[in-house]
Amino acid sequence: MSLKRNILDLRKRKEIVLQGGGEDAIKKQAEMGKMTARERIEGILDKGSFHEYDIFVEHQSKDFGMDKKVLHGDGVVIGTGTVYGEPVAIYAQDFTVAGGSLGLMHARKITKIMDHAIKMRIPIIGINDSGGARIQEGVDALAGYGEIFFRNTQASGVIPQLSVILGPCAGGAVYSPALTDFIFVVDNISKMFITGPDVVKTVLGEVVSPEDLGGARVHACVSGNAHFFASTEPECFEQIKKLLTFIPWNNQRKAKAFPAKAPKSEYNIEKILPADPTQPYDVRDIIKAVADDSDFFEVQENFAQNIVVGFGRIDGETVGFVANQPLVLAGVLDCDSADKAGRFIRFCDAFNIPIVTFEDMPGYLPGVEQEHMGVIRHGAKVLYAYSEATVPKVTVILRKAYGGGYIAMNSRHLKADFMFAWPTAEIAVMGPEGAANIIFRKEIKEAANPEEMRKQKVAEYREKFANPYVAASKGYIDSVIEPSETRMLLKHSIEVSGNKTVMTPAKKHGIPPF
Amino acid sequence: MAEKFETFLLDGVEYKTRLTEKWLNRKPWEEPNPYQLVSYIPGTIMEVAVKEGQRVEEGEVLLILQAMKMNNKVAAPFAGKIKSIHVHVGDKLPKGALMIEMAEDENA
Repeated sequence: MSLKRNILDLRKRKEIVLQGGGEDAIKKQAEMGKMTARERIEGILDKGSFHEYDIFVEHQSKDFGMDKKVLHGDGVVIGTGTVYGEPVAIYAQDFTVAGGSLGLMHARKITKIMDHAIKMRIPIIGINDSGGARIQEGVDALAGYGEIFFRNTQASGVIPQLSVILGPCAGGAVYSPALTDFIFVVDNISKMFITGPDVVKTVLGEVVSPEDLGGARVHACVSGNAHFFASTEPECFEQIKKLLTFIPWNNQRKAKAFPAKAPKSEYNIEKILPADPTQPYDVRDIIKAVADDSDFFEVQENFAQNIVVGFGRIDGETVGFVANQPLVLAGVLDCDSADKAGRFIRFCDAFNIPIVTFEDMPGYLPGVEQEHMGVIRHGAKVLYAYSEATVPKVTVILRKAYGGGYIAMNSRHLKADFMFAWPTAEIAVMGPEGAANIIFRKEIKEAANPEEMRKQKVAEYREKFANPYVAASKGYIDSVIEPSETRMLLKHSIEVSGNKTVMTPAKKHGIPPF
Repeated sequence: MAEKFETFLLDGVEYKTRLTEKWLNRKPWEEPNPYQLVSYIPGTIMEVAVKEGQRVEEGEVLLILQAMKMNNKVAAPFAGKIKSIHVHVGDKLPKGALMIEMAEDENA
């Protein structure tokens, strides 16, 4: 065979494999409103940067007639490429090949690219579109999942792991995304569940659509499993690329710095906070009033909206914002919002991203439901995450900082590096109404006009304690600041924390209240 | 502000805010009734071993609730009488469905 013929032979072989499941299957994929595996990869990576590996890998199973079946690339595409010029590892399950089902070789391709990402210390992006385990391969398929989960766990906190759900992801398969840092979902395309509608129907007799059981909206709004929700695949790809601009490539690096930009003038920090402490406002406006170009990239925008988390930049440097949201449920902490904040704080800490906390919250959400759901355990995650974090930690108390909430929201006592308070801050063991009712119970009860006395005592307490100066007099607050000084002081705090070094007791790992 | 906010009472203070669907859909607390046996897991009734009005001893098997491929025995929590049976063999139950109502045995 001449070289030319060899080359032509190679090209022909490649061409066949790159057809995936063939024309009909690709047509079906398009009819479901879905792109193909390779189109998706090209949609995320820099143009022409993708290089695919293992295209000639084939399954080796023989049972149930599998020996007569050819599955191109064994239903998954793996490779490396760049995003904005920086290297990433990527894999995409190919639904056109046997429904993207996972067999041993399919899994082996995924673990190969994961191992590569871990070794090279580059982010890994996993695109999930699979009917699940390839039943014909039996325990080999299960082994494959296990090997992936193990690597997800090993890679956790070392390299960023992004999961993109662009089709079904059911049964054991859901646990790979669940172990990663960020899950992206697309409306009408993503479906995630442990047990599908058929099983639910058989066991319970309940009829539920895949969309209502585990569609994109469910995971973005109700379960909190998803971090980013998009209406279309291209919109999802833009979200992935945007996220990558905010985060570092591994735990040894810092996120890339960008040229500093002033916040937009429409966000006037002195005009956002209402004078009445019981009135709501959108705390994201405060974040936008301090962030470069007022650009705030929110994570889990539709889940547990009583707390807001996400990325932005201060003077060109990435920071993670955590803020109570008075607009929703008065900004209380509850099971869901504690989970959301705790996880985000841990991501920031693992990847060297300073944390800026804006505090305005009346306390924890009361109720039998919350207590029985374990608000003690969930709430403890926030304490744990803040206490454990060794990245620069800055807190700005905007308004209410009551009781347990004051302690939890990155207080001095959990080793915040900088504690600032606006003059509107109310730092107290509880709100003036509750406190006055307890402290002055007797006076109020015995007064000729108890209601009048109660009002008077509430006002007295508010005057004396519902301010930042008591805490400032004890050094719990470093500085009471004017709102207009906030951005400047955040910038300064981060600037002077560049060499922050914290000694923690030697341990294998802590035991956070999972 | 154009938006009309809801009132949310916390520690005696009325906050103006938005409420979430989860909060609005939360299940109100009900005191458990020891005489009502409800399914603790979703499943299928495989067998009903007792009849209405029958006297039962503590620990006696009342019915079999199959869930996750396991035949779970549902036993009488105390000696008493079967007041009413709310399920039939083959019924598929969600979690928390009333299966049997018991009563004190007045002769005991």
